[in-house]
Parts: sequence; C-alpha cells; structure tokens
Amino acid sequence: MTLPTSRRRAGELSRRSFGVLAAASVLAACTRGPQTASPNAPLRVLAINHVWTQAISTYLPELEERIGRRVSLRMLTADQLTSSFNVKLNASATDIDVMTVRPLQDQLMFARNGWIADLTDRVEGDAGYRWTDFQEAPRERSVVGGAAVSVPVVTERPALYYRRDLLEDFGGAPGTLDEMLDIALELERRSEGFFGYVGRGQRNGAVSQWSSFLYSFGGDFTHDGRSGIGTPEAVAAYEYYGRLLHEAGPPGVTNMSLEQAMPIFAQGKAAMYVDADAIYSNFLDETISTVADTVGFAPFPAGPAGSVPHNIPSWSLAINEFSLLRDDAWEFLRWASSPEMVARLQAEGIPGARQSVWDDAATLASFPAELAETMRINAANGIGHDRPDVMQVGRARDIVGRPLVSGILGEDVAAVAADADAEFNDFLVRDNRQREF
Amino acid sequence: MTTTTARAAVGAPGRRAPSGEKPLVTFEQANRRLKWALLAPALGFVGLMIVFPLVFTINLSLTDAFGAVNAGNSYLGLQNFADALTDTRRFWPAVGRTVTFTLGAVALETVLGLALAMLMRKAFRGMEIVRTILMVPLLATPVAIGILWMLILDPTNGIANHLLGFVGIPPQEFLGSVAQSLPTLMLIDVWQWTPMMTVLLLAGLTTLPEEPEEAARVDGANAWQRFVHVILPMLRTTILTALVLRGVDALKTFDLIYATKGPGGGSDFEAETLNVYAYGLTFDYQEYGLASAVLVLFTLFIVAIVVVLRRRTERSAS
Repeated sequence: MTLPTSRRRAGELSRRSFGVLAAASVLAACTRGPQTASPNAPLRVLAINHVWTQAISTYLPELEERIGRRVSLRMLTADQLTSSFNVKLNASATDIDVMTVRPLQDQLMFARNGWIADLTDRVEGDAGYRWTDFQEAPRERSVVGGAAVSVPVVTERPALYYRRDLLEDFGGAPGTLDEMLDIALELERRSEGFFGYVGRGQRNGAVSQWSSFLYSFGGDFTHDGRSGIGTPEAVAAYEYYGRLLHEAGPPGVTNMSLEQAMPIFAQGKAAMYVDADAIYSNFLDETISTVADTVGFAPFPAGPAGSVPHNIPSWSLAINEFSLLRDDAWEFLRWASSPEMVARLQAEGIPGARQSVWDDAATLASFPAELAETMRINAANGIGHDRPDVMQVGRARDIVGRPLVSGILGEDVAAVAADADAEFNDFLVRDNRQREF
Repeated sequence: MTTTTARAAVGAPGRRAPSGEKPLVTFEQANRRLKWALLAPALGFVGLMIVFPLVFTINLSLTDAFGAVNAGNSYLGLQNFADALTDTRRFWPAVGRTVTFTLGAVALETVLGLALAMLMRKAFRGMEIVRTILMVPLLATPVAIGILWMLILDPTNGIANHLLGFVGIPPQEFLGSVAQSLPTLMLIDVWQWTPMMTVLLLAGLTTLPEEPEEAARVDGANAWQRFVHVILPMLRTTILTALVLRGVDALKTFDLIYATKGPGGGSDFEAETLNVYAYGLTFDYQEYGLASAVLVLFTLFIVAIVVVLRRRTERSAS
C-alpha cells in the first residue's frame, strides 16, 4: 500500500524507489570494482606436495624479508592441485598468487583459459635472471603461442633401477631393451612372489613412462599432426611393454601407478624398475627400502632406435592471471628459479633446469655417482615430452594408454592399437580446433 | 482465525492510519508478511545453494563449455544429451555399472542388515559391545576405507592373499583385476554400510507390536514362518524407506571408487560409474558442457528411482 504522493513529505522515498535503491545497493556491493591487495595480505602459493616444495619452504624467510610480506605455502597432491585450480580459476579467484603447474599436462589448457600470466617481458627483460641459461627443452615447454607463461623448476628423466646383486651374473644392467626382457624373464619367480620387472601399468598413468620405450622403438605419439600410435614402431613398443609386464610383472599391474609400483621394488620383490629419476631417494632410505645396499642406477636401455628417454620439465612455476600481487609473485618465481637457488636445491638432490648448474659438478655431488652419470646421459639423449602434446592431455592419455593395457592383459595389441589410432586421429582433429585461441 | 481491525501490532511493519480510518495493515496481513520475512533467509539459502547450481548446470549442459566455464560458450541445444545417450563406449557401460553396483551392494546390505537386526532384536549379554563394533566402519571416511582395503587386498604385499593361501586358495588380483574390481568394491561397500541398514531395520523392528507374532506362535508357526508371514509384511515400510536412503547413497558412490581405482575407474574403465565418469569429464577432460549433461541425466535417473520407491512406500503404508 503506497501513500498518495501528495501526503508524502519532501525527501521521503516511495516503496518502489526504496526497493530500486536497495536493489541497486546490493548490485553495487556485488559488482567487482578495481581491487587491490591489502598491505598485510600474504603471498599465497598453491604447490605440489613434492620434495622441491618441501625444500623451498625451508628458505622462505629469506624471501619474506626481501619482499616484506608473509608467504603462505599450501601443498596438495597432483590431482587435488589440478582440481583446485579448475575450481578456483573458473571463478577468477584472487586467493592464489603463485602456482606450480605441469607444463606438459595443464599449461596449454590454462594458457588457453587465460588463467596464467604472460611472463615474457619479465623473464627476457631481466638480465640478471638469465632466461637463456635454462635448458632448451624445458625453456621451450614454458612458451605457449610465443609467450613465456611459466618457469621450469624440476626436471625429470627415466632411470633404470636394478638389483646389482641379482644382475651381477648377467654382466650388470642391461644395455638394450632385448637384454632387459631376457633378464626379466630369466629372473621372474611369479609363483613365489618375485618379479623380473615392475613398472606402471595404469592406462593413463603408464603413458609417461612408456614414452621412452616408444621413442626407443623409433615411434612418437604424433607425426605431422596425425596419430603415431598405429605405426609399426608404436605397435612394437606396445607389444614389448605388454609382454614385459604380462610375463615378468606382478599381478594387478593394470591398477598400478607410481604409488603402487615403487613399493614392490623397494621391498625387494622385483629385479628391475623403470621410473622417474627424481624418486631415487625412496630406494636409499633404509626405513622404507630393503634394497638400499643393492640398488643400482642405469641409463634407459637402447631399443631399435637407440636409447631415447624423455627429458622433461615436470613442474614449473606460474603466476595466477587474477592475482593482486603479481609483482611479489614474480619476485617469488625469480628467487625460486634463480641460478643460486637452483644450484642450492640441486646440491640437495633435486634436479633443476639450469644448464650452468648442471655444468657445475659440485651440484651433482649429492647424487650417487652412478645416478648422476645416468641423469647426465639421459638428459643428453632425451626428448622434451613424455605425453601427447595436446590441449586435452587427460583424454589423449586415455586413448593412447588403451593398447598398453591390452598388451599387459595379453590381448591382441595390433587390433586395439589400430582402433585407438583411429580414435586418436579423430581426437587430434577436435583438439587442433580447440588450440586455435 | 481472528481478523483484528485494531491497529497493526505484533511487529507489523505497517504504518498507523489517521484516527477513524481503516487500518493500513491488519493483524492477518502483518502476520502473513512476518511469516515470509522469517522464512526469507532459509528460502534464500535454499535458492542459492540448491536451485542456482541446478539451473547453472542445466544451462551449462546446453552449451559447448570447454576449458573454462566462463569462456564465451555457444548454445548447442540438446546435442550434449544426444552425445551422451549415443555413447556406447563410456556412458552406457557406466550406467550399467552404476545399476549393478547399487543393486548388488544394497541387496546384500539389506539381507545382512536384516539378519543382524533380527539377531540383535532381543537383548543378550555383550550386546552393547557388539553394536559398538558394528558401528566402527560407519565412522571412517570412504577414502580412508579405500586405502585400508587397498593395502589389505594388494595382490603382492596384502594380507588377504596371505590368508587365502592358508586355505589353499590361489592369490587373487582383487582391485587389480578388470573382472574382480566391481565385485570387490561392492563387498567393501557392504562391509561399510551394512551396519547402517542394521540400525535402520532394528529401529523398525523395535516398534513392531508383539501380539501378531505371539498369535502366530500360539497357532504353531515356526520361526521362519513367523519371520516371512508376520514380521516381514509389518516391516515392509521400514525396509522400503531404508532402501531409498541407502539406494540413493549407493548410486552416488564416488570417493571409495576414486580412491581405489583412480581416474576413469581403472585401466579398462572397469569400475567407472556415472559419478566417476562425470568427474573425469569435468576435471580430467574439462568438457563442462558434456559433463553437465551427464549429471542432469544422472539426477533425472535418481529422481525417477526415488519417485517409484516413494510411491511403493506410500502404497505399502496405506
């Protein structure tokens, strides 16, 4: 009920006017104006739960003193991290400043979505930072559409972990994939719970480690933008890996990723294991390993096309596009990936991406000598990707991994590979369309 | 109801009318407005937390949203629904697994829960201890339970195969096997949720009158006959209610499957249910449009089941 206008005193609002004003106030309150960070706001880092993060966290007070701001570091597992980024950045959240990203898994999609900031001017315009000091492959992986969007902090290659005591009779670590298969079949005692070889067998999770087998057989995920997983080389790599795990591997291997495969080798139940060189410390820690005294390290064995492992930046640092503390975030990146910090961390056993640090023998002193040599050789022979270089990496890995599982289950690999090849070609057409951003 | 013509009271927001005029707001009007004013926060919360996400998801399901939900999407109409409903590689097998998992697990839980409830119906020495032990699986989170069972059932290092070896059964792959994964997950679900069925059914059993059973006993009915012809019919409403509660919960199972089988429900998608599939589409593939369509279909599926079961419950109650 509204009072007649004539009876309303001057300056009194009608109900409608009041309603409009209230609605406008609510809208105005909800509308995001130009935002600035509070001087007391911490620099928020959302990072992977990894030895690199644990190591860098001990040095944070140095940076806090330099930027005059507290650093809040939160660690999550890889899957949780990706899910968190997806949820928060879809909402243009400002409560993340620095992110650890997987350059080969998430970076392209994040760049397409406009979630990570362009760092080109910062990395190239800062002479003291020495951007060209980063190894070529990791540096190239940091660039999307001509813009540097991340800086690599951890690199990774495969290593062949083997039991020195068991392989002594065979002349030490196998130099070729054929030798590795023969030794694995010779040593396996599956009925007694001992396996010649253990490795990742999950459809999606195994793809990155299988990539070195693929390259060493002369194949690749794609050739000239078309699927490469139906080529004779790829099929041979599928069949080889499938046979290795089917005949010499543990039961239930198709459900195994790093977390399941690693303990089997660490518990002394397998003769050989190929996985990331970054996990070597798990086998030297006597509280969780029974092979601390007998584990050996060797370069990736040669296939028909030679020894061609991957050599990739596994984790990089990026800045949230919506961050209100971009300058401080860049200070974090600059500090955490500086030549001095990379040298310091590499000396603690965390392989970085700076060539000058790799050239300094002192930084490799913390690694077992055999492993340091393995890393050096694999880095020299390595290829800069370990999964398909596409936008939708998760879907691509699911397609590429299907023949792997068939091989492990002892099924007809060639037929499944042909089917997966057709599916992968269809996928690549769609994915290429999405890349035009 | 009294309609007072007195001046607005009881917190009525109306303003006073000049003396002798009809009041601007009656008590009834004031009361009605107050009701809505008091309900407004709750309604606003429900609207915000339930209706908005639902409408947002339905809207998203009609678009080609990919990568980021707020990145200029185009409307596709019902294309995502058509894609999902014609997908025989992932969608329909996931529907089949969801139904199999739910029916298998809930059926076993109902039978075992009823058996345990019948055993615990009459007081016995140590009943409190037994009840407490039965409740333990309910207290743990599904992810913790998943990890616990992964360790127990690990084909190489787990204790399960060790124990099976004592009775001459060869080692099993359990969660590592394409064929055994879903049945194993169903058994883990049964282990965790049977106590809940027991509690629900025990609550129903304790409210049943004793006279019909006594009369049947006097007439010479044995224990099985009394159970089938007297107790079960009287317990029907409780059983249907328990089935609705547990069934809807089982349909939505996600954490246990994801913790034990990872993305995609395993290497051959052997444990991929609709929930796991929708999660993968969202967070592994960033296909928000298709994922939303799958979720809308899943929601309709659950609503249909609940409606059918509710009608049965009402019919049985009447």
